[in-house]
Amino acid sequence: MTIENIEEAAETAVTDYILAQESKDQLRFLTCGSVDDGKSTLIGRLLYDTKLIFEDQLAALERDSRKHGTVGEDIDLALLVDGLEAEREQGITIDVAYRFFATEKRKFIVADTPGHEQYTRNMATGASTADLAVLLVDARNGLMIQTRRHAFIASLLGIRHVVLAINKIDLVGFSQERFEEIRKEFEVFANGFDFETLQAIPMSARYGDNVTGRSDKMEWYSGPTLLEHLETVQVGEHVLEAPFRFPVQWVNRPNLDFRGYSGTVASGQVAIGDELVVAGPAKQSRVKSIIGATGEVSSARAGEAITIALEDEIDISRGDLLTSTAHRPEVADQFAAHVIWMSDEPLLPGRSYLLKIGTRTVTATVSEIKHKINVNTFEHVAGKTLTLNEIAFCNFSLSSAVPFDPYEANHTTGSFILIDRMSNSTVGAGMVWFALRRASNIHWQALDVDKAARSEKLGQKPAILWFTGLSGSGKSTIASIVEKKLHIDGRHTYTLDGDNVRHGLNKDLGFTDADRVENIRRVGEVAKLFADAGLITLVSFISPFRSERKMARDLLEDGEFIEVFVDTPIEECRKRDPKGLYAKADRGEIKNFTGIDSPYEAPENPELHIRNVGRDPEEVAEEIIEYLREHGYLNSFGSDGEGI
Amino acid sequence: MNMQSHGLTPERLSNLKRLEAESIHIIREVAAEFSNPVMLYSIGKDSGVMLHLAMKAFYPSKPPFPLLHVDTTWKFRDMIAFRDETAKRLGMDLLVYTNPEGLEKNISPFEHGSSVHTHIMKTEALKQALNKYGFDAAFGGARRDEEKSRAKERVFSFRNANHGWDPKNQRPELWSLYNARVAKGESIRAFPLSNWTELDIWQYILTENIPMVPLYFAAKRPVVNRDGMLIMVDDDRMKLQPGEVIEEKLVRFRTLGCYPLTGAIESDADTLPAIVREMLIARTSERQGRLIDKDESASMEKKKREGYF
Repeated sequence: MTIENIEEAAETAVTDYILAQESKDQLRFLTCGSVDDGKSTLIGRLLYDTKLIFEDQLAALERDSRKHGTVGEDIDLALLVDGLEAEREQGITIDVAYRFFATEKRKFIVADTPGHEQYTRNMATGASTADLAVLLVDARNGLMIQTRRHAFIASLLGIRHVVLAINKIDLVGFSQERFEEIRKEFEVFANGFDFETLQAIPMSARYGDNVTGRSDKMEWYSGPTLLEHLETVQVGEHVLEAPFRFPVQWVNRPNLDFRGYSGTVASGQVAIGDELVVAGPAKQSRVKSIIGATGEVSSARAGEAITIALEDEIDISRGDLLTSTAHRPEVADQFAAHVIWMSDEPLLPGRSYLLKIGTRTVTATVSEIKHKINVNTFEHVAGKTLTLNEIAFCNFSLSSAVPFDPYEANHTTGSFILIDRMSNSTVGAGMVWFALRRASNIHWQALDVDKAARSEKLGQKPAILWFTGLSGSGKSTIASIVEKKLHIDGRHTYTLDGDNVRHGLNKDLGFTDADRVENIRRVGEVAKLFADAGLITLVSFISPFRSERKMARDLLEDGEFIEVFVDTPIEECRKRDPKGLYAKADRGEIKNFTGIDSPYEAPENPELHIRNVGRDPEEVAEEIIEYLREHGYLNSFGSDGEGI
Repeated sequence: MNMQSHGLTPERLSNLKRLEAESIHIIREVAAEFSNPVMLYSIGKDSGVMLHLAMKAFYPSKPPFPLLHVDTTWKFRDMIAFRDETAKRLGMDLLVYTNPEGLEKNISPFEHGSSVHTHIMKTEALKQALNKYGFDAAFGGARRDEEKSRAKERVFSFRNANHGWDPKNQRPELWSLYNARVAKGESIRAFPLSNWTELDIWQYILTENIPMVPLYFAAKRPVVNRDGMLIMVDDDRMKLQPGEVIEEKLVRFRTLGCYPLTGAIESDADTLPAIVREMLIARTSERQGRLIDKDESASMEKKKREGYF
């Protein structure tokens, strides 16, 4: 800031100055590096040199430096940027902090992210909104594993501009040779990363050389200082040139005369009269009017928050994507994507997560982990689950088709987050690579609505869990827990309970052998209909006779019928007697009671044999879920879907 | 106001336009994703900008949420007048809430000190108000450049059922994809102005001509010098201590809060350009005028863990 100029300026001049500031550009960048490469010091230096450290903050800084500082009597600039108490005490940055400074040309938003391997997630977070990355290297140590990792993550997140800040150059005697050595090594290494600009700068953040002011100790360096480069590097044109994309956030309907769609232009431009299409349903219309931040406008461009009204009344709601008709996005319910896992709970293929892409949220499962990527060596390794900070390339299966672009082409329409359905935490971040063929086809071919189509839509394999066992054996308790777990997991389920069915569908039936058979026949038929609808059905019936259980089994396709024998000895059932039925039967008040005066034929080869004495129903339920998982019932449908 | 572009690539959005669009996006996300949001309106310049952006975000509709002011009963009288006038002018629903127990006990910053007063009349009152109306999202005008612990706060900042903030367990926030999922009782504080600086705020106020409370502008006001701070005598609840005298001074306020806790600065800046000019040459950051940050440098982080905004 040229403070002196301002001081002398008349009020109108100040106004002009401020209005000129209005056209100031903005650059968002990320700083990353290893633990002691001096990131925080560098940011502190930028803030200090651009005069944005106010005097009272400076006084606080001096106090803090004496308490926590690591540079002796000098002011520790790093303390200015390390925010939270815990990390100040540990002397490391553990989260993403955002810092701000400005020059005449640009305003800067800096994401300061930690260097430790376990904080890949934080670096990815900072990188997701950055136009440029400053990678710090300690001139003494040269390229480290961390430097490579950071370059890789920056590239994965689509950052196209990189500064290699070769710091602490004072500690290697301002050596040009050392600088060139590191620069060349990095250039060779980064060759495959597709960076548009790569600027290496020798600097000392602590003393300020080549940060904001040119160093007088490195005559051999003729390139820009860090600040000069940050002020002039051209970024972010791609998004303006890309095809028009507009995720609808909110339908604006103040009265019957106006219906507008509010959102932020993700890419490209739009003008009154443009032909637009709703991705997916492919409904088209023309732009009738545009409301921008300043009122009615004739056009708008990437980054602007606007409201669009169309010529025709078509059904559009939040989550829809308005796009140009010439260049349409992909629409698919399966795609391949890179995922960064951000949770302590591992990613499990087949588990249902919420996936938020643009303004749309759907349920999704990872149908297959194609490979994990070692962030230090970039090797592809096999894996069945993903743990915190791991990166993998996965196939995703979604509950419904969504429009998207490859992340490479469009960061806004190609990125998504994954949310845990239980904890609601953000557990992963993804970048779409390409649609999977199966999914793309679905939207262009007529489809017979049959069992396969229904179950595919539900993202599950239909199954009948047939619980059989004596009255009081614990069937219903276990079935109810299993259903709850499946439900939480996003499965579509239904329970047919013996007692409940007898209140309605089978209320005309008694307990004679014939009625028992008819009872089971009807329930078997209902279960078959539910299987046809794609549901996972839990049947909880004493069903004492083998033949009727076999009859039910035969109604269904191979593998759909899972017999669960809840094996509890009659002594135990009698002891529990939850409904007082054994007592009544003993008194002769109930006739044909299974186990007393009517036989129970135990299954010979049940899929699951649960010996239920002294076991926690939760644990039993988990065993059943595990069985389903192991036998592929809970894999997402279409896990055989391959990439194009 | 007519904005000329100054040699900029025509397509690139300027800093202020980018900030404006980002804030509108955030405000719309909250309105679309939550069932019962509210905008906390503290009457100050940041609130004023946030409200202005909300009006833009939903135009020609009205913002689909009310304003909430947590009134400690110790705000400057000018603030209250401005608050009511603003809500009326914009046609916004305004909810005003005061902690009834605090009111009953006559909690006063003079008698009970700034920390007790802030806790009962602001932090507790806010929690009570959010619980009373069952709000699942509350907009706040905080900015990341204000203070160190704010620098790490998310745009959608998750609060547990007790309104507590856990700085070590924040949800990762990537791109502009905000996670709006909360369980019953939990909530989100949303900060649309996260990426604005104080200078951005004033520039925006100037370019958009947003009305501000007169207290921001220099005028002759009755003040008392107490512990190095110029405290304005806004009503007769302020009792003079021995040796104190009321002086008429040309002063203004950089931030606005409860009058006994907000120090004035001597200034002759009585127009927006003059304020911005003064700010550009000032070397004292804005929170310095507030007593609550002074105790320890990590005090704001502590307050926020307890549910302070």
